[in-house]
Amino acid sequence: MWVLLLLPFIGLLWVPFYNFQEPALFGFPFFYWYQLAWVPLSSLLIWLVYRRRTPDETP
Amino acid sequence: MSDQIDWVALTVFVFFFALVTVMGFFAARWKAGPVSAHLDEWGLGGRQFGTWITWFLVGGDFYTAYTVIAVPALVYAVGAYGFFALPYTVIVYPFVFAVMPLLWKVAHAKGHVTAADVVHGTYNSRGLELAVAITGMVATMPYIALQLIGMGVVIKAIGLTGEFPIIAAFIVLALYTYSSGLRAPALIAFVKDIMIYIVVLVAVVVVPAKLGGYGAVFAAANDAFTAKGGATGLLLKPSQMLAYATLALGSALAAFMYPHTLTGIFASKSADTIRKNAILLPAYTLLLGLIALLGYMAYAANIKVTSNNDVVPVLFKVLFPSWFAGFAFSAIAIGALVPAAVMSIGAANLFTRNVWKSYVDPGISHAGEASVAKIASLVVKLGALAFTIFLPTQYALDLQLLGGLWILQTFPALVFGLFTRWFRAEGLLLGWVAGILWGSWTAWSNGLKPLATIELGGTSHVFYVGLGALLLNVAVAAIATVIMGLVLPRGATARS
Repeated sequence: MWVLLLLPFIGLLWVPFYNFQEPALFGFPFFYWYQLAWVPLSSLLIWLVYRRRTPDETP
Repeated sequence: MSDQIDWVALTVFVFFFALVTVMGFFAARWKAGPVSAHLDEWGLGGRQFGTWITWFLVGGDFYTAYTVIAVPALVYAVGAYGFFALPYTVIVYPFVFAVMPLLWKVAHAKGHVTAADVVHGTYNSRGLELAVAITGMVATMPYIALQLIGMGVVIKAIGLTGEFPIIAAFIVLALYTYSSGLRAPALIAFVKDIMIYIVVLVAVVVVPAKLGGYGAVFAAANDAFTAKGGATGLLLKPSQMLAYATLALGSALAAFMYPHTLTGIFASKSADTIRKNAILLPAYTLLLGLIALLGYMAYAANIKVTSNNDVVPVLFKVLFPSWFAGFAFSAIAIGALVPAAVMSIGAANLFTRNVWKSYVDPGISHAGEASVAKIASLVVKLGALAFTIFLPTQYALDLQLLGGLWILQTFPALVFGLFTRWFRAEGLLLGWVAGILWGSWTAWSNGLKPLATIELGGTSHVFYVGLGALLLNVAVAAIATVIMGLVLPRGATARS
Protein backbone atom coordinates (compact mmCIF):
# COMPACT_ATOMS: atom_id res chain seq x y z
CA MET A 1 0.00 0.00 0.00
CA TRP A 2 2.80 2.44 0.84
CA VAL A 3 3.77 2.50 -2.82
CA LEU A 4 0.61 4.59 -3.45
CA LEU A 5 2.42 7.48 -1.73
CA LEU A 6 4.91 7.56 -4.60
CA LEU A 7 2.25 8.22 -7.24
CA PRO A 8 1.95 12.00 -6.61
CA PHE A 9 5.72 12.33 -6.98
CA ILE A 10 5.68 10.51 -10.32
CA GLY A 11 2.56 12.29 -11.57
CA LEU A 12 3.79 15.78 -10.72
CA LEU A 13 7.57 15.65 -11.09
CA TRP A 14 7.57 14.18 -14.60
CA VAL A 15 6.70 17.53 -16.20
CA PRO A 16 6.77 16.53 -19.93
CA PHE A 17 3.74 14.39 -19.15
CA TYR A 18 1.45 17.36 -18.51
CA ASN A 19 3.00 20.47 -20.06
CA PHE A 20 0.16 20.91 -22.59
CA GLN A 21 -2.57 23.39 -23.45
CA GLU A 22 -5.19 20.79 -24.51
CA PRO A 23 -7.51 19.22 -23.48
CA ALA A 24 -8.81 22.26 -21.60
CA LEU A 25 -11.48 21.94 -18.89
CA PHE A 26 -13.81 24.83 -17.88
CA GLY A 27 -11.38 27.21 -19.59
CA PHE A 28 -8.37 25.81 -17.65
CA PRO A 29 -5.51 24.57 -19.85
CA PHE A 30 -4.48 20.94 -19.16
CA PHE A 31 -1.30 22.05 -17.33
CA TYR A 32 -3.43 23.76 -14.66
CA TRP A 33 -6.38 21.44 -14.13
CA TYR A 34 -4.15 18.35 -14.20
CA GLN A 35 -2.02 19.69 -11.34
CA LEU A 36 -5.05 20.93 -9.40
CA ALA A 37 -6.66 17.48 -9.82
CA TRP A 38 -3.68 15.93 -8.04
CA VAL A 39 -4.64 17.76 -4.84
CA PRO A 40 -7.80 15.71 -4.04
CA LEU A 41 -6.21 12.65 -5.64
CA SER A 42 -3.22 12.79 -3.27
CA SER A 43 -5.53 13.22 -0.30
CA LEU A 44 -7.42 10.14 -1.43
CA LEU A 45 -4.25 8.08 -1.87
CA ILE A 46 -2.94 9.08 1.56
CA TRP A 47 -6.34 8.24 3.07
CA LEU A 48 -6.25 4.78 1.45
CA VAL A 49 -2.83 4.10 2.95
CA TYR A 50 -4.00 5.49 6.30
CA ARG A 51 -7.00 3.14 6.36
CA ARG A 52 -4.97 0.04 5.63
CA ARG A 53 -2.11 0.61 8.02
CA THR A 54 -1.95 -1.05 11.43
CA PRO A 55 -2.99 1.41 14.13
CA ASP A 56 -0.58 2.72 16.79
CA GLU A 57 -0.39 0.63 19.92
CA THR A 58 -2.36 2.46 22.57
CA PRO A 59 -0.14 3.72 25.38
CA MET B 1 -1.77 53.15 -6.65
CA SER B 2 -3.49 56.13 -5.05
CA ASP B 3 -2.12 57.30 -1.74
CA GLN B 4 -5.52 58.42 -0.47
CA ILE B 5 -6.52 56.72 2.75
CA ASP B 6 -9.46 54.40 2.11
CA TRP B 7 -11.45 55.03 5.30
CA VAL B 8 -13.97 52.21 4.85
CA ALA B 9 -11.24 49.66 4.21
CA LEU B 10 -9.20 51.08 7.09
CA THR B 11 -12.13 50.79 9.52
CA VAL B 12 -12.74 47.14 8.60
CA PHE B 13 -9.01 46.51 8.89
CA VAL B 14 -8.71 48.08 12.34
CA PHE B 15 -11.78 46.18 13.57
CA PHE B 16 -10.35 42.76 12.67
CA PHE B 17 -6.91 43.66 13.92
CA ALA B 18 -8.34 44.68 17.28
CA LEU B 19 -10.35 41.46 17.42
CA VAL B 20 -7.33 39.22 16.98
CA THR B 21 -5.30 41.30 19.44
CA VAL B 22 -7.86 40.65 22.16
CA MET B 23 -7.89 36.97 21.18
CA GLY B 24 -4.09 36.86 21.34
CA PHE B 25 -3.98 38.03 24.96
CA PHE B 26 -6.97 35.91 25.91
CA ALA B 27 -5.24 32.82 24.45
CA ALA B 28 -3.06 32.37 27.56
CA ARG B 29 -6.18 31.11 29.35
CA TRP B 30 -7.36 28.93 26.48
CA LYS B 31 -6.97 25.18 27.11
CA ALA B 32 -5.58 26.32 30.42
CA GLY B 33 -2.06 25.44 31.36
CA PRO B 34 0.76 27.08 33.29
CA VAL B 35 2.19 29.06 30.36
CA SER B 36 5.26 30.34 32.19
CA ALA B 37 6.07 27.18 34.13
CA HIS B 38 7.32 24.93 31.33
CA LEU B 39 8.65 25.36 27.80
CA ASP B 40 6.21 22.64 26.65
CA GLU B 41 3.41 25.04 27.62
CA TRP B 42 4.74 28.31 26.19
CA GLY B 43 6.61 26.87 23.21
CA LEU B 44 4.36 23.93 22.24
CA GLY B 45 0.96 24.94 23.64
CA GLY B 46 1.04 22.00 26.07
CA ARG B 47 1.55 19.32 23.34
CA GLN B 48 -2.20 18.81 23.20
CA PHE B 49 -3.44 20.15 19.86
CA GLY B 50 -5.86 17.77 18.16
CA THR B 51 -6.66 17.34 14.48
CA TRP B 52 -8.59 20.58 13.90
CA ILE B 53 -6.37 22.94 15.87
CA THR B 54 -3.30 21.46 14.17
CA TRP B 55 -5.00 21.82 10.80
CA PHE B 56 -5.62 25.53 11.37
CA LEU B 57 -2.23 26.10 12.97
CA VAL B 58 -0.08 24.34 10.36
CA GLY B 59 -2.28 25.62 7.54
CA GLY B 60 -1.91 29.09 9.03
CA ASP B 61 1.86 29.07 9.33
CA PHE B 62 2.80 27.06 6.25
CA TYR B 63 0.62 29.03 3.79
CA THR B 64 1.79 32.47 4.88
CA ALA B 65 0.67 36.00 4.06
CA TYR B 66 3.72 36.37 1.96
CA THR B 67 2.56 33.39 -0.11
CA VAL B 68 -0.72 35.16 -0.87
CA ILE B 69 1.25 38.16 -2.15
CA ALA B 70 4.29 36.52 -3.74
CA VAL B 71 2.88 33.47 -5.55
CA PRO B 72 0.40 35.50 -7.68
CA ALA B 73 3.16 38.10 -8.18
CA LEU B 74 5.49 35.44 -9.62
CA VAL B 75 2.72 33.91 -11.74
CA TYR B 76 1.89 37.41 -12.99
CA ALA B 77 5.54 38.02 -13.86
CA VAL B 78 6.54 34.72 -15.52
CA GLY B 79 3.45 32.51 -15.88
CA ALA B 80 3.56 28.70 -15.58
CA TYR B 81 6.94 28.61 -13.83
CA GLY B 82 5.49 30.45 -10.81
CA PHE B 83 2.99 27.62 -10.44
CA PHE B 84 5.65 25.27 -8.98
CA ALA B 85 4.20 26.12 -5.57
CA LEU B 86 1.31 23.78 -6.42
CA PRO B 87 3.19 20.50 -7.07
CA TYR B 88 5.44 21.48 -4.15
CA THR B 89 2.52 21.69 -1.73
CA VAL B 90 0.97 18.46 -3.05
CA ILE B 91 3.99 16.16 -2.78
CA VAL B 92 4.90 17.52 0.63
CA TYR B 93 1.97 15.59 2.19
CA PRO B 94 2.87 11.99 1.30
CA PHE B 95 6.25 12.89 2.82
CA VAL B 96 4.63 14.35 5.95
CA PHE B 97 2.43 11.27 6.28
CA ALA B 98 5.36 8.84 6.03
CA VAL B 99 7.98 10.70 8.10
CA MET B 100 6.51 13.21 10.54
CA PRO B 101 4.60 10.71 12.76
CA LEU B 102 7.94 8.91 13.35
CA LEU B 103 9.58 12.20 14.27
CA TRP B 104 6.69 13.02 16.59
CA LYS B 105 7.04 9.66 18.37
CA VAL B 106 10.75 10.22 19.05
CA ALA B 107 10.13 13.77 20.26
CA HIS B 108 7.19 12.74 22.40
CA ALA B 109 8.98 9.82 24.05
CA LYS B 110 12.09 11.86 24.90
CA GLY B 111 10.48 15.26 25.56
CA HIS B 112 12.25 16.93 22.62
CA VAL B 113 11.07 20.44 21.73
CA THR B 114 13.17 21.19 18.62
CA ALA B 115 14.73 19.47 15.61
CA ALA B 116 18.17 19.99 17.15
CA ASP B 117 16.99 18.20 20.33
CA VAL B 118 16.03 15.19 18.20
CA VAL B 119 19.40 15.25 16.42
CA HIS B 120 21.31 15.46 19.71
CA GLY B 121 19.18 12.67 21.15
CA THR B 122 19.91 10.43 18.17
CA TYR B 123 23.61 11.08 17.61
CA ASN B 124 24.78 12.51 20.94
CA SER B 125 26.78 15.10 19.00
CA ARG B 126 26.88 18.71 20.22
CA GLY B 127 28.40 19.80 16.89
CA LEU B 128 25.55 18.41 14.80
CA GLU B 129 22.99 19.77 17.26
CA LEU B 130 24.48 23.26 16.99
CA ALA B 131 24.62 23.06 13.18
CA VAL B 132 20.92 22.20 13.01
CA ALA B 133 19.97 24.86 15.58
CA ILE B 134 21.91 27.68 13.92
CA THR B 135 20.60 26.76 10.46
CA GLY B 136 17.06 26.88 11.81
CA MET B 137 17.48 30.26 13.48
CA VAL B 138 19.28 31.87 10.54
CA ALA B 139 16.77 30.55 7.99
CA THR B 140 13.81 31.78 10.05
CA MET B 141 14.84 35.41 10.50
CA PRO B 142 14.42 36.54 6.86
CA TYR B 143 11.22 34.49 6.67
CA ILE B 144 9.74 36.60 9.48
CA ALA B 145 10.94 39.73 7.68
CA LEU B 146 9.04 38.60 4.57
CA GLN B 147 5.82 38.34 6.59
CA LEU B 148 6.31 41.98 7.59
CA ILE B 149 6.90 42.91 3.99
CA GLY B 150 3.64 41.15 3.03
CA MET B 151 1.84 43.08 5.75
CA GLY B 152 3.44 46.30 4.53
CA VAL B 153 2.09 45.76 1.01
CA VAL B 154 -1.54 45.63 2.17
CA ILE B 155 -1.13 48.48 4.67
CA LYS B 156 0.20 50.59 1.81
CA ALA B 157 -2.81 49.56 -0.32
CA ILE B 158 -5.15 50.97 2.33
CA GLY B 159 -3.33 54.26 1.94
CA LEU B 160 -1.29 54.37 5.15
CA THR B 161 2.33 55.38 4.70
CA GLY B 162 5.48 55.31 6.77
CA GLU B 163 6.88 52.72 9.14
CA PHE B 164 4.57 53.42 12.07
CA PRO B 165 1.67 51.02 11.24
CA ILE B 166 4.08 48.08 10.82
CA ILE B 167 5.89 48.89 14.05
CA ALA B 168 2.59 49.19 15.94
CA ALA B 169 1.31 45.88 14.56
CA PHE B 170 4.55 44.23 15.47
CA ILE B 171 4.65 45.47 19.05
CA VAL B 172 1.16 44.09 19.57
CA LEU B 173 2.22 40.75 18.07
CA ALA B 174 5.38 40.63 20.20
CA LEU B 175 3.48 41.32 23.42
CA TYR B 176 0.83 38.66 23.06
CA THR B 177 3.29 36.05 21.82
CA TYR B 178 5.37 36.86 24.89
CA SER B 179 2.47 36.35 27.27
CA SER B 180 0.55 33.51 25.58
CA GLY B 181 3.17 31.55 23.59
CA LEU B 182 1.99 29.14 20.89
CA ARG B 183 -1.60 29.30 22.09
CA ALA B 184 -1.92 32.83 20.63
CA PRO B 185 -1.16 32.01 16.97
CA ALA B 186 -3.12 28.74 17.29
CA LEU B 187 -6.23 30.64 18.33
CA ILE B 188 -5.75 33.50 15.85
CA ALA B 189 -5.17 30.97 13.05
CA PHE B 190 -8.87 30.05 13.23
CA VAL B 191 -9.89 33.62 12.40
CA LYS B 192 -7.15 34.12 9.83
CA ASP B 193 -7.81 30.93 7.90
CA ILE B 194 -11.59 31.35 7.81
CA MET B 195 -11.11 34.91 6.52
CA ILE B 196 -8.63 33.79 3.86
CA TYR B 197 -10.97 30.99 2.72
CA ILE B 198 -13.85 33.47 2.37
CA VAL B 199 -11.70 35.97 0.46
CA VAL B 200 -10.29 33.43 -1.96
CA LEU B 201 -13.56 31.60 -2.60
CA VAL B 202 -15.31 34.91 -3.32
CA ALA B 203 -12.43 36.05 -5.51
CA VAL B 204 -12.22 32.90 -7.64
CA VAL B 205 -15.98 32.97 -8.30
CA VAL B 206 -16.64 36.70 -8.62
CA VAL B 207 -13.52 37.85 -10.43
CA PRO B 208 -13.75 35.49 -13.44
CA ALA B 209 -17.51 36.22 -13.62
CA LYS B 210 -16.69 39.93 -13.94
CA LEU B 211 -13.92 39.28 -16.44
CA GLY B 212 -15.73 36.84 -18.75
CA GLY B 213 -14.84 33.42 -17.32
CA TYR B 214 -11.63 31.44 -16.85
CA GLY B 215 -11.22 30.99 -20.60
CA ALA B 216 -11.00 34.78 -20.98
CA VAL B 217 -8.64 35.05 -18.01
CA PHE B 218 -6.16 32.52 -19.48
CA ALA B 219 -6.50 34.07 -22.95
CA ALA B 220 -5.71 37.57 -21.62
CA ALA B 221 -2.66 36.24 -19.79
CA ASN B 222 -1.54 34.34 -22.89
CA ASP B 223 -1.74 37.51 -25.02
CA ALA B 224 0.25 39.43 -22.42
CA PHE B 225 2.99 36.79 -22.27
CA THR B 226 3.17 36.55 -26.06
CA ALA B 227 3.70 40.31 -26.20
CA LYS B 228 6.24 40.17 -23.35
CA GLY B 229 8.30 37.25 -24.75
CA GLY B 230 11.27 35.68 -22.97
CA ALA B 231 10.91 32.73 -20.59
CA THR B 232 7.25 33.47 -19.85
CA GLY B 233 4.00 31.83 -20.91
CA LEU B 234 1.06 29.67 -19.91
CA LEU B 235 3.18 26.55 -20.39
CA LEU B 236 6.75 25.78 -19.38
CA LYS B 237 9.58 26.18 -21.87
CA PRO B 238 11.50 22.88 -22.31
CA SER B 239 14.48 24.43 -20.50
CA GLN B 240 12.27 25.24 -17.47
CA MET B 241 10.91 21.74 -16.87
CA LEU B 242 13.76 20.34 -14.78
CA ALA B 243 13.98 23.58 -12.82
CA TYR B 244 10.22 23.37 -12.14
CA ALA B 245 10.36 19.76 -10.92
CA THR B 246 13.52 20.17 -8.80
CA LEU B 247 12.21 23.38 -7.21
CA ALA B 248 8.98 21.57 -6.30
CA LEU B 249 10.79 18.54 -4.86
CA GLY B 250 13.49 20.54 -3.05
CA SER B 251 10.96 22.91 -1.52
CA ALA B 252 8.76 19.99 -0.43
CA LEU B 253 11.66 18.29 1.34
CA ALA B 254 12.69 21.57 2.99
CA ALA B 255 9.19 22.65 4.08
CA PHE B 256 8.97 20.57 7.25
CA MET B 257 12.59 21.16 8.27
CA TYR B 258 11.75 24.76 9.27
CA PRO B 259 11.32 25.50 12.99
CA HIS B 260 7.80 26.90 12.49
CA THR B 261 6.38 23.87 10.69
CA LEU B 262 8.12 21.46 13.09
CA THR B 263 6.68 23.39 16.03
CA GLY B 264 3.22 22.57 14.65
CA ILE B 265 4.22 18.89 14.43
CA PHE B 266 5.67 18.70 17.95
CA ALA B 267 2.67 20.53 19.42
CA SER B 268 0.20 17.90 18.15
CA LYS B 269 -1.47 15.48 20.49
CA SER B 270 -0.61 12.23 18.70
CA ALA B 271 1.03 10.67 15.67
CA ASP B 272 -2.45 10.04 14.32
CA THR B 273 -3.21 13.77 14.49
CA ILE B 274 -0.36 14.30 12.03
CA ARG B 275 -1.51 11.50 9.70
CA LYS B 276 -5.03 12.91 9.56
CA ASN B 277 -3.58 16.32 8.81
CA ALA B 278 -1.58 14.94 5.89
CA ILE B 279 -4.97 13.95 4.45
CA LEU B 280 -6.77 17.21 5.32
CA LEU B 281 -4.11 19.90 4.80
CA PRO B 282 -4.18 19.66 0.97
CA ALA B 283 -7.41 21.72 1.17
CA TYR B 284 -5.06 24.67 1.61
CA THR B 285 -3.13 23.63 -1.48
CA LEU B 286 -6.29 23.85 -3.56
CA LEU B 287 -6.69 27.35 -2.16
CA LEU B 288 -3.08 28.18 -3.04
CA GLY B 289 -3.57 27.01 -6.62
CA LEU B 290 -6.56 29.32 -6.96
CA ILE B 291 -4.67 32.20 -5.30
CA ALA B 292 -1.89 31.73 -7.86
CA LEU B 293 -4.42 32.31 -10.64
CA LEU B 294 -5.04 35.83 -9.29
CA GLY B 295 -1.85 36.64 -11.18
CA TYR B 296 -3.59 35.85 -14.48
CA MET B 297 -6.82 37.59 -13.46
CA ALA B 298 -4.76 40.78 -13.15
CA TYR B 299 -4.12 40.64 -16.92
CA ALA B 300 -7.80 40.13 -17.68
CA ALA B 301 -8.61 43.13 -15.47
CA ASN B 302 -6.01 45.24 -17.31
CA ILE B 303 -4.07 45.99 -14.18
CA LYS B 304 -0.68 47.62 -14.47
CA VAL B 305 1.63 47.67 -11.45
CA THR B 306 5.10 49.04 -10.89
CA SER B 307 5.97 46.38 -8.33
CA ASN B 308 4.73 42.80 -8.94
CA ASN B 309 3.92 42.41 -5.24
CA ASP B 310 1.12 44.97 -5.65
CA VAL B 311 -0.83 42.70 -8.04
CA VAL B 312 -3.16 41.17 -5.44
CA PRO B 313 -3.94 44.35 -3.46
CA VAL B 314 -4.57 46.36 -6.63
CA LEU B 315 -6.79 43.60 -8.06
CA PHE B 316 -8.96 43.66 -4.93
CA LYS B 317 -9.12 47.46 -4.89
CA VAL B 318 -10.18 47.64 -8.53
CA LEU B 319 -12.75 44.84 -8.54
CA PHE B 320 -14.33 44.95 -5.08
CA PRO B 321 -16.09 47.52 -2.89
CA SER B 322 -13.97 49.13 -0.18
CA TRP B 323 -15.38 47.10 2.67
CA PHE B 324 -14.53 43.78 1.02
CA ALA B 325 -11.08 45.02 0.00
CA GLY B 326 -10.57 46.00 3.65
CA PHE B 327 -11.69 42.54 4.74
CA ALA B 328 -9.27 40.91 2.29
CA PHE B 329 -6.40 43.13 3.43
CA SER B 330 -7.05 42.33 7.08
CA ALA B 331 -7.08 38.63 6.20
CA ILE B 332 -3.64 38.99 4.61
CA ALA B 333 -2.23 41.12 7.45
CA ILE B 334 -3.53 38.72 10.12
CA GLY B 335 -2.16 35.99 7.89
CA ALA B 336 1.25 37.54 8.47
CA LEU B 337 0.87 37.57 12.26
CA VAL B 338 0.29 33.83 12.66
CA PRO B 339 3.42 32.59 10.88
CA ALA B 340 5.53 35.45 12.29
CA ALA B 341 4.50 34.40 15.80
CA VAL B 342 5.09 30.68 15.23
CA MET B 343 8.42 31.35 13.53
CA SER B 344 9.65 33.48 16.41
CA ILE B 345 8.52 30.79 18.87
CA GLY B 346 10.29 28.07 16.86
CA ALA B 347 13.51 30.08 16.73
CA ALA B 348 13.22 30.92 20.44
CA ASN B 349 12.80 27.24 21.31
CA LEU B 350 15.97 26.44 19.35
CA PHE B 351 17.92 29.18 21.10
CA THR B 352 16.72 28.10 24.54
CA ARG B 353 17.19 24.36 24.18
CA ASN B 354 20.22 24.10 21.93
CA VAL B 355 22.28 27.21 22.68
CA TRP B 356 21.32 28.48 26.15
CA LYS B 357 20.73 25.10 27.80
CA SER B 358 23.61 23.38 25.98
CA TYR B 359 26.26 26.06 26.47
CA VAL B 360 25.24 28.63 29.08
CA ASP B 361 23.09 27.03 31.77
CA PRO B 362 22.82 23.21 31.50
CA GLY B 363 20.99 22.96 34.84
CA ILE B 364 18.20 25.37 33.83
CA SER B 365 14.74 24.71 35.30
CA HIS B 366 11.56 24.25 33.21
CA ALA B 367 10.32 27.69 34.23
CA GLY B 368 13.75 29.12 33.42
CA GLU B 369 13.54 27.67 29.90
CA ALA B 370 10.15 29.30 29.40
CA SER B 371 11.44 32.72 30.44
CA VAL B 372 14.58 32.50 28.28
CA ALA B 373 12.40 31.51 25.30
CA LYS B 374 10.01 34.42 25.89
CA ILE B 375 12.86 36.92 25.81
CA ALA B 376 14.48 35.19 22.83
CA SER B 377 11.21 35.46 20.88
CA LEU B 378 11.23 39.22 21.46
CA VAL B 379 14.83 39.51 20.26
CA VAL B 380 14.11 37.44 17.13
CA LYS B 381 11.14 39.64 16.24
CA LEU B 382 13.03 42.87 16.87
CA GLY B 383 15.78 41.56 14.60
CA ALA B 384 13.27 40.85 11.85
CA LEU B 385 11.67 44.28 12.32
CA ALA B 386 15.05 46.04 12.09
CA PHE B 387 15.75 43.95 9.00
CA THR B 388 12.56 45.17 7.32
CA ILE B 389 13.03 48.81 8.23
CA PHE B 390 16.74 49.34 7.70
CA LEU B 391 17.64 46.99 4.84
CA PRO B 392 16.33 46.94 1.27
CA THR B 393 13.47 44.47 0.63
CA GLN B 394 15.65 42.60 -1.83
CA TYR B 395 17.98 41.48 0.99
CA ALA B 396 15.12 39.72 2.77
CA LEU B 397 14.08 38.01 -0.47
CA ASP B 398 17.64 36.87 -1.24
CA LEU B 399 18.25 35.67 2.29
CA GLN B 400 14.95 33.81 2.42
CA LEU B 401 15.93 32.04 -0.76
CA LEU B 402 19.31 31.08 0.70
CA GLY B 403 17.47 30.11 3.91
CA GLY B 404 15.46 27.50 2.00
CA LEU B 405 18.69 26.08 0.61
CA TRP B 406 20.31 26.06 4.07
CA ILE B 407 17.41 24.47 5.92
CA LEU B 408 17.28 21.69 3.32
CA GLN B 409 20.82 20.73 4.38
CA THR B 410 19.53 19.71 7.83
CA PHE B 411 17.36 17.04 6.19
CA PRO B 412 19.88 14.13 6.41
CA ALA B 413 20.70 14.82 10.08
CA LEU B 414 17.04 15.02 11.09
CA VAL B 415 15.32 12.45 8.87
CA PHE B 416 17.87 9.67 8.18
CA GLY B 417 18.19 8.85 11.87
CA LEU B 418 14.49 7.93 11.99
CA PHE B 419 15.11 5.04 9.59
CA THR B 420 18.76 3.98 9.97
CA ARG B 421 21.64 4.48 12.39
CA TRP B 422 24.22 3.75 9.71
CA PHE B 423 25.33 7.37 9.20
CA ARG B 424 27.84 8.80 11.67
CA ALA B 425 27.43 12.22 13.24
CA GLU B 426 30.82 13.38 11.93
CA GLY B 427 29.83 12.36 8.39
CA LEU B 428 26.49 14.16 8.60
CA LEU B 429 28.24 17.27 9.90
CA LEU B 430 30.73 17.20 7.03
CA GLY B 431 27.86 16.70 4.57
CA TRP B 432 26.04 19.68 6.07
CA VAL B 433 29.16 21.85 5.69
CA ALA B 434 29.66 20.72 2.08
CA GLY B 435 25.99 21.29 1.15
CA ILE B 436 25.85 24.75 2.72
CA LEU B 437 29.15 25.93 1.26
CA TRP B 438 28.60 24.61 -2.26
CA GLY B 439 24.95 25.72 -2.33
CA SER B 440 25.63 29.22 -1.04
CA TRP B 441 28.61 29.70 -3.31
CA THR B 442 26.73 28.50 -6.38
CA ALA B 443 23.66 30.63 -5.65
CA TRP B 444 25.90 33.61 -4.92
CA SER B 445 27.94 33.31 -8.10
CA ASN B 446 24.72 33.05 -10.16
CA GLY B 447 23.57 36.43 -8.85
CA LEU B 448 21.52 34.91 -5.97
CA LYS B 449 19.34 32.87 -8.28
CA PRO B 450 18.15 29.50 -6.92
CA LEU B 451 19.05 27.76 -10.18
CA ALA B 452 22.29 26.26 -11.43
CA THR B 453 23.23 24.81 -14.81
CA ILE B 454 24.94 21.49 -15.48
CA GLU B 455 26.31 20.26 -18.83
CA LEU B 456 25.50 16.62 -19.54
CA GLY B 457 26.09 14.99 -22.92
CA GLY B 458 26.30 18.32 -24.74
CA THR B 459 23.00 19.68 -23.45
CA SER B 460 22.68 21.97 -20.45
CA HIS B 461 20.19 21.30 -17.67
CA VAL B 462 18.95 23.92 -15.24
CA PHE B 463 18.09 22.69 -11.73
CA TYR B 464 17.40 23.90 -8.19
CA VAL B 465 20.66 24.54 -6.32
CA GLY B 466 19.22 23.39 -2.97
CA LEU B 467 18.49 19.91 -4.29
CA GLY B 468 21.96 19.67 -5.87
CA ALA B 469 23.49 20.72 -2.55
CA LEU B 470 21.41 18.05 -0.76
CA LEU B 471 22.74 15.33 -3.10
CA LEU B 472 26.30 16.50 -2.43
CA ASN B 473 25.50 16.61 1.31
CA VAL B 474 24.30 12.99 1.33
CA ALA B 475 27.23 11.79 -0.81
CA VAL B 476 29.78 13.45 1.48
CA ALA B 477 28.02 12.11 4.59
CA ALA B 478 28.04 8.56 3.16
CA ILE B 479 31.68 8.65 2.04
CA ALA B 480 32.81 10.15 5.36
CA THR B 481 30.85 7.47 7.24
CA VAL B 482 32.56 4.70 5.25
CA ILE B 483 36.02 6.21 5.79
CA MET B 484 35.33 6.73 9.49
CA GLY B 485 34.27 3.09 9.70
CA LEU B 486 37.63 1.97 8.27
CA VAL B 487 39.72 4.25 10.46
CA LEU B 488 37.71 4.05 13.68
CA PRO B 489 35.46 0.98 13.77
CA ARG B 490 32.29 1.39 15.82
CA GLY B 491 32.74 0.46 19.46
CA ALA B 492 36.50 1.12 19.29
CA THR B 493 36.02 4.68 20.50
CA ALA B 494 35.29 5.20 24.16
CA ARG B 495 31.72 6.41 24.77
CA SER B 496 31.85 9.73 26.50
